[in-house]
Amino acid sequence: MSAQKVQAGAPDGWQRGGAQAVRRRIVERLVNVLCAIATVVVLFLLFSILWTLVTRGAAGLSLATFLHSTAAPGSGGGLANAIVGSCEQTLLAALLGTPVGMLTGIYLSEFSHDGKIVSFVRFVSDMMLSVPSILVGLFVYLVVVEPAGHFSGIAGTLALAILFIPIVVRTTEDMLHLVPRAMREAAYALGAPGWRVIVSICLRAARGGIMTGILLALARISGETAPLLFTSLGNLNWSTNLNAPMASLPVTIYQYAGSAYDDWVQMAWTGALLITVAVLATNIFARWWLSRNGTASS
Amino acid sequence: MMEMPSTTAGQGAAVSGRSTGGNAGDIAFGVLARLAGWSILLVMAGIIIVLVSGGWQAFAAFGPGFITSTAWNPISHNFGAATSIFGTLVTTVVALVFAVPFAFGVAFWLVEMAPPALARVIETAVQLLAAVPSIIFGMWGFFIVVPFMAHYVEPVATRYLGHVPGIGLLFRGAPYGTGLLTGGLILAIMVTPFICSVMADVFVSIPAVLKESAFGLGATRWEVMRKVVLPWSRQAVMGGIMLGTGRALGETMAVTFVIGNSNRLGWSLFAPGNTIASLIALEFPESSAGSLKLSALLALGAILMVISFITLACSRMFLQRGLKN
Repeated sequence: MSAQKVQAGAPDGWQRGGAQAVRRRIVERLVNVLCAIATVVVLFLLFSILWTLVTRGAAGLSLATFLHSTAAPGSGGGLANAIVGSCEQTLLAALLGTPVGMLTGIYLSEFSHDGKIVSFVRFVSDMMLSVPSILVGLFVYLVVVEPAGHFSGIAGTLALAILFIPIVVRTTEDMLHLVPRAMREAAYALGAPGWRVIVSICLRAARGGIMTGILLALARISGETAPLLFTSLGNLNWSTNLNAPMASLPVTIYQYAGSAYDDWVQMAWTGALLITVAVLATNIFARWWLSRNGTASS
Repeated sequence: MMEMPSTTAGQGAAVSGRSTGGNAGDIAFGVLARLAGWSILLVMAGIIIVLVSGGWQAFAAFGPGFITSTAWNPISHNFGAATSIFGTLVTTVVALVFAVPFAFGVAFWLVEMAPPALARVIETAVQLLAAVPSIIFGMWGFFIVVPFMAHYVEPVATRYLGHVPGIGLLFRGAPYGTGLLTGGLILAIMVTPFICSVMADVFVSIPAVLKESAFGLGATRWEVMRKVVLPWSRQAVMGGIMLGTGRALGETMAVTFVIGNSNRLGWSLFAPGNTIASLIALEFPESSAGSLKLSALLALGAILMVISFITLACSRMFLQRGLKN
């Protein structure tokens, strides 16, 4: 903003005469145009993805999609088991990951008198934030699925939780740092014990931001495919049993999109539309929530 | 969406340190928080130990030659990592070649040129692009981008670039549509928002007085960017690029759809190939427990872990140093 003002105020310097001034002006214009083109291209790509999903996925949207389980090609069927499986695993992973993630975030933010180990935990948590998700799937396969002898929804839940935790850790820590020191000191001065200050004062003040982080993490893991391939595997029948292979939307999309049957491919597009709408709506809601209730911008 | 590593650690240290002793609630809470924090270390150690020990059989059977061997033959039990490491690196480089200029352009436009109201909307759109699940990129890539590449981009590239000495080798070959180039392009679209949001954060955080003094001397926006903002924020920008690199290296689903999945190593960017992650995703379900193939896949996983670790550690270092300025 200030930049434009300054330029508008001093047009005589570089906008007048001279070969060099002309060259500088051309370069400036060129860069402006290129940057605008880059922005348009990126927006176009997002639009193209959404447009493809809507035009190809909407045809399969019907009540049956939500009520029937996946079925053999040509015999109808829907995505009910995949939707329920996805919700079950994602929500359980969030239930499992939220306390661990928040406690770790508190540990990083409030226990830094523990010394070097705190920064080491922070380092490892940041690494985990970007670990390739397929490796998490391999890990859970070897630790849970192989000893148990079968794929299971529990394994899928664990894999998703491992991806969920570092995101919550990051947000919790960042949001706790934004709580003013004076607020903590006021609570201590009233004689509150340390844990009460953290739980009743700091966490309450940081509530909006942490909720946003949890929602964003939820959106992120609900679209994950790679960690579920070797853990919950997928299931063509209706099953809510956590100790058995469990269907999920992303894995069903993966299996259907690669198949040779038109109705399965159609179902894959419908699933893709559903999951993208859910993920993007969660994202938009979380950002709106933060701008309304949050203590800080993300 | 991507938070920066925090630099204000230990704000509450002095305060909470005062009252750790005595109170039972404090002790219990402290134990819980420490257990949670240390469990992260346990999981990470577990991932590393499990991958390395699982891959040990393959490392022992093939020795250091595992990394340089291009074989992948389940029938003769001969496995090597070279092709998939090559594919991983090539797709990542292609992704960066496209993603970095675009991310820079969008970040520059958002920070310096866009009207504030429009900038907010477009920033949200860019972040939504980052939130789209990777399998959606895979499907979209397979059904929309692959035919486009096969019909338009690849034949044209072969025609005009295929005979250029040197780089011509990269653009020859049958236009399947799937292949290393398409994989790299899809990755580029996926990592652009990440690099862009780091860049935009960094460009915003530069002290206004630096920019204003340059503008005051009559510099254009581009000159300010090139001679003031970029030198000042070089390290954090590198950190953002490395962060995107880390994403591209380990991305599985999107790449699996469009890479063509063939164990080949060659100059052509149009040829189908594979990456470590796509090979694991495809071959793992067909490997029996305890087999040499499974071990080879786990060894590949361990190699991918090492590569992404180095990248992410560099990214963290750059970002921390860059933000301290």
